[in-house]
Amino acid sequence: MWSELFLIPFLTGLAMAVLLPLLGCYLRLRDEWLAALAYAHIAAAGALTGLMLGIAPMLGGVLAAGGIGLGKYALARRLVRGVVYPLLLLAGWSLALLITANFPLAERLGHALFDGQLYFSDMTQLVWVLAWTVPAIVLLRILSKRLLLSHVYPDFFRLRGMSAWPVQGGFDLLAALSLAMATMSLGVMGSFALIFVPPWLAFRRAPTWRRGLLLSLLIGVLAYVCAFALALGFDQPFGPVLAICLVCVGLLLA
Amino acid sequence: MSQALITLQSLVAGWEQPATQPLDLVLQPGEVVGLTGANGVGKSTLLAALVGRARVFSGQLEIKDGIRLALQTQDVPPVDGVPLSGDELLALTEADRQGLPSWLIERLDIRLDRLSGGQRHYLALWAVLKAPADVVLLDEPTNNLDAAGSEHLIGVIRGLARDRKALLVVSHDAAFVDAACDRVIVLERCDVE
Repeated sequence: MWSELFLIPFLTGLAMAVLLPLLGCYLRLRDEWLAALAYAHIAAAGALTGLMLGIAPMLGGVLAAGGIGLGKYALARRLVRGVVYPLLLLAGWSLALLITANFPLAERLGHALFDGQLYFSDMTQLVWVLAWTVPAIVLLRILSKRLLLSHVYPDFFRLRGMSAWPVQGGFDLLAALSLAMATMSLGVMGSFALIFVPPWLAFRRAPTWRRGLLLSLLIGVLAYVCAFALALGFDQPFGPVLAICLVCVGLLLA
Repeated sequence: MSQALITLQSLVAGWEQPATQPLDLVLQPGEVVGLTGANGVGKSTLLAALVGRARVFSGQLEIKDGIRLALQTQDVPPVDGVPLSGDELLALTEADRQGLPSWLIERLDIRLDRLSGGQRHYLALWAVLKAPADVVLLDEPTNNLDAAGSEHLIGVIRGLARDRKALLVVSHDAAFVDAACDRVIVLERCDVE
């Protein structure tokens, strides 16, 4: 397992298994956990569109998810709150599957994106993921207090002269780009499972916010390590194994 | 030069339409002013206008440059299902813990959604009341408080006034307003044609 062939995919996924459960806590705080699924599907559609247009799939996924993260407010102004993410999810899913079904070139990537073929990760992907994960965690740390304050005391937040849009917009972009990165390696549902289940359990069990973050991180990393070993041992696609591991952990702890 | 922190001159505030009668008010440092009146006279609307949430229809509103405002609303902070402790809540607003009643100090490490309604309300109130601010606006602060809680709150408000903070307190609790405030303004109903 520790040969380079497996070590690079392992480290790529591990970086995401650290970032996503933390990010998921803030999405859950904002009651926007569905955003993770929407961003993941949009990233998959963007990656496949990128492949069709002759640009790197990762770049396509990041551009699509990042664009939606930034453009979300324009959509939200025209639609009822709560409708934006389901619509984006459906649009991303449809587009991704239609491209996969109609273009033989996209078939392999399409299956990899939905199955979560972490083992295809190479050194370039690992470098991209690490280069994103470290500043993303630092940014999340910086935004943390403001995100909590704007949720608990929106008036107080405004009266302190703190502008909401850099915080909310910055977080949306951070979430969208992180999901895009994760989708390229862990797959759509693997990424969603890591962003949804650990925070869900942590919110039920943890006595404080700080310990909630730690618990979420711990559950995410442990489930990831178990899933990696199981998927490798039984030669199974990684995404479904990770998702079922997290579901089992969830049912046990909840 | 005027020391006034907030000055209202014939101010009429509302949302879609005017909801208050014209009001004159000068709030000085170290002063506690109560706003009372029947339901629907626009007490909360007036506070909302002071912080820029409600609309000013006529009159003048002057807030001294550079002062820090803190507002406690009747909305309960949305913490159900969120693992946020009292300690963390106070840290968010940088509220001073000194003076917290003993029945709250020992529960600061418990998450807010596992406290009683009164305990949670008092902590949420404290987080605003003791945050760094020059003017504190309170909207029905005695809701959910028992007699001991109200008594403690009166002491805290008087202490803040001694520290030269100004407070504007909306309340329908006449006994509380009489005990906590230096003067009281009774708002009358605004009849919109």
